[in-house]
Amino acid sequence: MPSTILGKRIKRKEDPRLIQGRGHYVDDIKLDGMLHMAFARSIHAHARIKSVNVAAARSSPGVVDVITGEEIKGKLGLVPCAAGIEGLKVPDHPCLATGKVCYVGEPIAAVVATDRYLARDAADKIEVDYEPLPVVTDPEKALQAGSTVIHPELGDNVAFVARLEGGDWKAVESDSSLKVIKQRLINQRLAPASMETRGVVAHYSPGEETLTVWSSTQIPHILKTQLALMLGIDEPHCRVIAPEVGGGFGSKLNLYGEEGVACYASRKLGKPVKWIESRRENLLATVHGRDQINDVEVYVQPDGKVVGLKCWIIADLGAYHQLLTPAIPTLTALMILGCYHIKNVFVETKGVFTNKMATDAYRGAGRPEATYVIERVMDMVARELNMDAADLRMKNFPSPDEFPLDLPTGVTYDTANYQKTLKRLLKISGYSRLRKEQEKLRKQGKYLGLGLSTYVEICAMGPSSRMPAGGWEFGAVKVEPTGKVMVLSGTSPHGQGEETTFAQIAADVLGIPFDDVTVYHGDTFQVPMGIGTFGSRTTAVGGTAIHNAAMQIRKKMARIASHKLGVKPGELIFSEGKIHTRDGAKSMGFAEVAAEAIFAKQLPEGIEPGLAAHSFFEPSNYTFPFGAHLAVTEVDAETGEIKLRNYYAVDDCGRVINPMLVDGQIHGGLAQGIGQALWESHVYDENGQLMTGTLMDYAVPKAHQFPWFETETMETKTPINPLGAKGVGEAGTIGSTPAIVNAVVDALRPLGVRHLDMPLQPEKVWRILKQHATA
Amino acid sequence: MKIQTKINGHLREDEVEPRLLLVHYLRDVAGLTGTHIGCETSLCGACTVLLNGEAVKSCTLFAVQADGGEITTIEALGNHEKLHPLQEGFWEEHGLQCGFCTPGMILAAYQLLCRNPHPSREEIRKGLEGNLCRCTGYQHIVKAIEYAAQKIGSPDA
Repeated sequence: MPSTILGKRIKRKEDPRLIQGRGHYVDDIKLDGMLHMAFARSIHAHARIKSVNVAAARSSPGVVDVITGEEIKGKLGLVPCAAGIEGLKVPDHPCLATGKVCYVGEPIAAVVATDRYLARDAADKIEVDYEPLPVVTDPEKALQAGSTVIHPELGDNVAFVARLEGGDWKAVESDSSLKVIKQRLINQRLAPASMETRGVVAHYSPGEETLTVWSSTQIPHILKTQLALMLGIDEPHCRVIAPEVGGGFGSKLNLYGEEGVACYASRKLGKPVKWIESRRENLLATVHGRDQINDVEVYVQPDGKVVGLKCWIIADLGAYHQLLTPAIPTLTALMILGCYHIKNVFVETKGVFTNKMATDAYRGAGRPEATYVIERVMDMVARELNMDAADLRMKNFPSPDEFPLDLPTGVTYDTANYQKTLKRLLKISGYSRLRKEQEKLRKQGKYLGLGLSTYVEICAMGPSSRMPAGGWEFGAVKVEPTGKVMVLSGTSPHGQGEETTFAQIAADVLGIPFDDVTVYHGDTFQVPMGIGTFGSRTTAVGGTAIHNAAMQIRKKMARIASHKLGVKPGELIFSEGKIHTRDGAKSMGFAEVAAEAIFAKQLPEGIEPGLAAHSFFEPSNYTFPFGAHLAVTEVDAETGEIKLRNYYAVDDCGRVINPMLVDGQIHGGLAQGIGQALWESHVYDENGQLMTGTLMDYAVPKAHQFPWFETETMETKTPINPLGAKGVGEAGTIGSTPAIVNAVVDALRPLGVRHLDMPLQPEKVWRILKQHATA
Repeated sequence: MKIQTKINGHLREDEVEPRLLLVHYLRDVAGLTGTHIGCETSLCGACTVLLNGEAVKSCTLFAVQADGGEITTIEALGNHEKLHPLQEGFWEEHGLQCGFCTPGMILAAYQLLCRNPHPSREEIRKGLEGNLCRCTGYQHIVKAIEYAAQKIGSPDA
């Protein structure tokens, strides 16, 4: 029977409170006696701290306490790193610096005061005596002999070197018929810049000895464990609540020193403590994304078949590891082959310390970098061989019947039909017509470019064997005596609309109205266990746990109803709030059966009372959504300004639960991916000062910078979970960046431009046009 | 300093520090937390409210500058029983994800529709120049505002 609710465009359950301004984000939480915290941060990128004078701050009005790195030494644990990489060097990362600072914005001391303004006033009165040290911000310079070493106890600035190799390189290298194409590509540093900055309210109750923490986080359960460890509090006494979270994009998949200090202060003072990050702090000291140098080399047959790829990755990790800092670039290596069956691969990833804020997960987290490399390379190959970019891609796609497909990178792609999405894209965009238009415009000296990107991403993270803290997810379903249903999820959505998606999943299994389901997440006292929301896992892994829990409820209710109705459980159907035989002759209301289960007057033999079930879903593999994107750009010959004229996307994220939400995820992803290609760049100068520390300097894209996105979805289900859903949170970001750059390079092809590094701001393009004009 | 304001139709008098920002006055003094703070520099628009009918960024105005003024925040635009067409549009067209920019976005759109009841898509995009959204890619916001424009313009609105 086709589902009446899965795949339907259903309005979000979350929205009524949010459109009325009645949701509660961290800064909206007020507690009696609450104190406010502000940080003094390093103004140097690398310096010894000779002294920290807090006397003036202490006597500043309203100040209750000033906390320094010296004070918390041994009393508050270090900021944790969970990445498991062989031989990884992990520098000590205290919540407040002691002895030295390694990046601008590093927290040095915290002021706790009765008012947020007074806390800020006092923090500005903290005097730090620095002895500046040589600064290194360029990771290649950090690798050179004689470079300043940021963590001398670790020997050098190399945090790790990871190699991944597969295939028969001897054969490839001795084949003289192969063409070798080389290119250096830069994936610049970005700021996640969620509209809500970070924030935390910590409340330690001395009586109950419980710590309650409201944090703007994507991972409340992991945060709870880590805070318990850092503070030495028994974990059952520790509760973390993620209230409304105003976006994260990976940046809140972390544990930050400020969270630890707020909890420490609350425990010390016995009062609730609030810290709300300013935007300046957010751009300085919330993790950054990307920042890789990729030297790539591909080996191609004369007919366009790519047989080998080598890539040397230098990943700028910043000064310290945050939760997953070093793990991110290793995902680039895993996905470097994109959607092409290239049989020989070699990737060397070098993680390097520099005097900057740590990089970590930012939407796509390692995969946009990989897709950018492979998709730029495919365009270069097409051009070198004078082939059409679409034809070259078709030539290198594996056929749909080759899946599951083992790649030499060690991953197994679940299902795909890359030909299908690309063909559809070419059709809806009128690709051949656009090529003709381009030809015509070129004759008039106008620059129109077409940029393709066919991507695959690794999602639904993931099998626990491959994940640092487990990759399963928890879901629970409870039926109340009134027949209304409560769903709990261990994921922690923050804008994805999963209250809606999860309710659809539960309503579908139980045959009840969507409105009868209420979904809760984000509170570790309410949801017993969980991992969180990241890596496009929430629907595919978290949704499956809910589906499986609902199936247990359904089975139990069928047994109870069959007992009452005198039929076999298998004869019963759940639909429209009833449990009934196919012909409808025998029927009970859903709520009626729930009451039977809970009041337990006449339960069948062997059936326990009650109606609650939970499931831990452990995925056997990742999922691999894919798609094809086309960007159409015009370059202004006078100003170098790039106009994104059209954008077409055909995405296949497996089973679609709610098409409206999928569109929303794609659109938002596109905006961030296009942002990287055209405008965004988080820039440090050589002294390690952040040049893009406000939203005036860091270019978060605006509404008028985008064209109307023409998007379509296709459905190739995954066998990895019973829903068939693959995940869609990062697809738009992963697919779009290379499409844009490919389009601009294609536009400038008549000028002999082979490659341009991002972001493609007008000045860069204008210089090329000018150069050409004077040449 | 003593100030008098009319917030969402209610008169009030408060003693405030001269440096208190309007947004903190609304959130911390008046208890209206629907207005959000995204950048403290008037660049993101999350704090947009109506002051004497004009959309303003409440993070770069002092509360004392609103003395004698009439302020409308998201809390008063509609209610559960009868949402404002803009609120309805944002819900219908999936014009929000995390919801943090939404109150400011809706109030900026309110002013946009007051000035231009039938904006083109291009005009809507330009009209939102002062408001950032990191989640939606803006397309559904544009649709939400189109929805509201149509609804406000229709006779049964």
